[in-house]
Amino acid sequence: MQLTAEEKQLAVETARRVAASHRPGKGSLIPVLQEIQADLGYVPAVAMQEVAQLLNVPAVDVYAVVTFYNQFRLTPPGRRQVKVCMGTACHMKGGQIILESWERRLNIKVGETTPDREYSLERVACVGCCTMAPVVLVNEEVHAKVTPTRVDGLLFAHQLAKEQVEGGKAIEQGGND
Amino acid sequence: MIEQNLARLVQEAAGRYGDGKETPVVMVGAATCGRAAGALAVLDAVSQTVQRLGLPAEVREVGCLGHCYAEPLLVVAKPGWPAVAYGYVDEGTAGRIVEDFLVNDDPCIEFALAALEPNELIPTFADFARGACEQKVVLEKCGLIDPQNIDHYLATGGYAALARSLMQEPEAVLEEIVRSGLRGRGGAGFPTGRKWQTCREAEGEIKYLICNADEGDPGAFMDRTILESNPHLLLEGMVIAAHAIGATQGYIYVRAEYPLAVQRLQTAIKQARSKGLLGEDILGSGFGFDIAVFQGSGAFVCGEETALIASLEGEPGLPRVRPPFPAQAGLWGRPTVINNVKTLSYVPHIISKGADWFRSLGSEQSPGTAIFALAGKVVNTGLAEVPMSTTLRQLIFEVGSGIANGRQFKAVQIGGPSGGCLPEEVLDTPIDFDSLRQAGAMMGSGGLVVLDQDDCMVEIARFFLDFTRQESCGKCTFCRLGTEQMVRILDRITRGQGRPEDLDLLENLARSVQAGSLCNLGRTAPNPVLSTLRYFRHEYEAHIKEKRCPSLMCKDLIAYYILPDKCERSCDACVGSCPVEAIANNEDRIKVIDQAKCVKCDSCRVACPPQYSAVVKLSPPDAVPGGGGVK
Repeated sequence: MQLTAEEKQLAVETARRVAASHRPGKGSLIPVLQEIQADLGYVPAVAMQEVAQLLNVPAVDVYAVVTFYNQFRLTPPGRRQVKVCMGTACHMKGGQIILESWERRLNIKVGETTPDREYSLERVACVGCCTMAPVVLVNEEVHAKVTPTRVDGLLFAHQLAKEQVEGGKAIEQGGND
Repeated sequence: MIEQNLARLVQEAAGRYGDGKETPVVMVGAATCGRAAGALAVLDAVSQTVQRLGLPAEVREVGCLGHCYAEPLLVVAKPGWPAVAYGYVDEGTAGRIVEDFLVNDDPCIEFALAALEPNELIPTFADFARGACEQKVVLEKCGLIDPQNIDHYLATGGYAALARSLMQEPEAVLEEIVRSGLRGRGGAGFPTGRKWQTCREAEGEIKYLICNADEGDPGAFMDRTILESNPHLLLEGMVIAAHAIGATQGYIYVRAEYPLAVQRLQTAIKQARSKGLLGEDILGSGFGFDIAVFQGSGAFVCGEETALIASLEGEPGLPRVRPPFPAQAGLWGRPTVINNVKTLSYVPHIISKGADWFRSLGSEQSPGTAIFALAGKVVNTGLAEVPMSTTLRQLIFEVGSGIANGRQFKAVQIGGPSGGCLPEEVLDTPIDFDSLRQAGAMMGSGGLVVLDQDDCMVEIARFFLDFTRQESCGKCTFCRLGTEQMVRILDRITRGQGRPEDLDLLENLARSVQAGSLCNLGRTAPNPVLSTLRYFRHEYEAHIKEKRCPSLMCKDLIAYYILPDKCERSCDACVGSCPVEAIANNEDRIKVIDQAKCVKCDSCRVACPPQYSAVVKLSPPDAVPGGGGVK
């Protein structure tokens, strides 16, 4: 996925700001990367290079850490991050079917982002809501006992919310004219 | 001095803590599990009702009571009445309960789950089969105090054990833990006292204490619940442990997937610091210890001690050879004790009630209680704390109330992805570290997933192995490549392409991975395969020889079929439910599934009204009349 110049600029600035509040050295590496990801939603290559320099850690070690841990993303997430839980209980209650439903509806594979960057789809190991299986997280919101029809329902609700926002904007703009 | 300082804190806290004896308290369980079930909306409804009616009641956001099956949960404590817990509430019922109980003196028995204390009106949790098995130690206050308010913890006896231990010599505290026989609750069951002793005796001025809260086992949520429901219990245990081993700095390594737990921990740490229960000169004792929260980044292997340390040091989480053990040379090369959340949470209880009390629970070799996360096909999912040596049967059929939907019990998966699947025959195994290992499973951290007749054991083994394969750090060849090969074989079997020699090959590989791996992730990874081969070999054989999945689970080996004589022609439920438009009417208006289009999502079977039950699964797929074998 190609990043725009502004996105790169923002990544570098974020990396600088975050790194400035930590001591140099490897001990700060993971917290710094986590903060960058919390801000940007991902850790792009330019941010990694910046962090390596500022913390005085070899760039290859930064890359090793980012790629080792599941939490870090290298590409921007969608505005709505869909995370399908694949823990034991969710698996037994059809988590795979739910994942496939999202893949089918969004027309992307797990790990990908839709071209309009509206949705990204991930699998997570376990969110600890096993009694509510199968579970899906949309951003931080937990949805319990999800079915394929519920997936359609969620998408429809998102669509409605989006149209409402856009409709609101259109009215606002109309009023300004 | 120490005693007086604590007494002052407790007195201040008591003035601010309501326990329902004077003013009513309404508690809403809003841990992650409760929130998933809609607890925040309930909390809102309760607050609004209290406000609207102008009631002099305290509304309190609490953690989880353990009865997750009935969430969202509401507890009402009203002066002169027994405290009552309500389950399955929603915004409407919550408002009604609050109004009826607090205003009209009607405790709404029809919504009550149980009372929390003995009375003549409503049975208590102890009156149910579940209550007879349960014995809460660590979970005692979970769901009853506000985890974000240190006053509640202090007013209910919290931090008394800390004061007590600070008045003793570290050696005496350590001795108490050694005598209690406490074994690490992270899974392996290593004697906690011995670990502490090694660290205390190790050379070096600076020592560290780490709490391992990287609960990565899919199917486990005990640590999350404790962190979200009673974080101060853990903090208290940590300070006592630090005092005993001589540590000055502590870390809580908690998974980033638990945002609520992280947030509640941070609040608790701040509050403890402000009260002088953490930081320099704790309670005026001269002893100083502080705790920082470190968020794990989602790597299962970091549950392993040496990998966790590598992660704290900013490296990829690769385990290293032991010895030296972390207790000798751990974080930054210094002596470090790493204990699980539960292990440390027992410490205050052992200090205040004594080693003999702890030894009186459970069995000789595994004293104390065990905390389990019950999930899967059991009726009452949730958290349960029972004495060690309770049997699996009691846990599943009494605490868990048996199998849901009238299905048959098949197996219980215990110990997370590296545990094993145990069948009916071994259900009378007492739960303790050693008996479970003998049966081919392990205690693990306490995840317990119950499986019924619809769960395919081959698929389960594949699922767990696939998990460990993905989570393998890749350092050891056998763990990296051996698990990969095993997954490929299992995958083939679940797709109906297994070969008779596969089973021997699997067993062989499993033994090699066990022998050739450095850490417990690799050494225990083959457990699910070995235990299912031991107890459910016939299922593997059905997949290989008959290309059939006896549990009707493996997607490639089943087909959906609508029984023509059961289909109600005028009903369109299945057609509407199908996400890929694979169901159509035939000339008699009977629904027919286009096997080539079907994605086997199960929607039609769920949608078909129970009085018809016309949709069935068949295996092998060519059992479908008229060319079901089409793929």
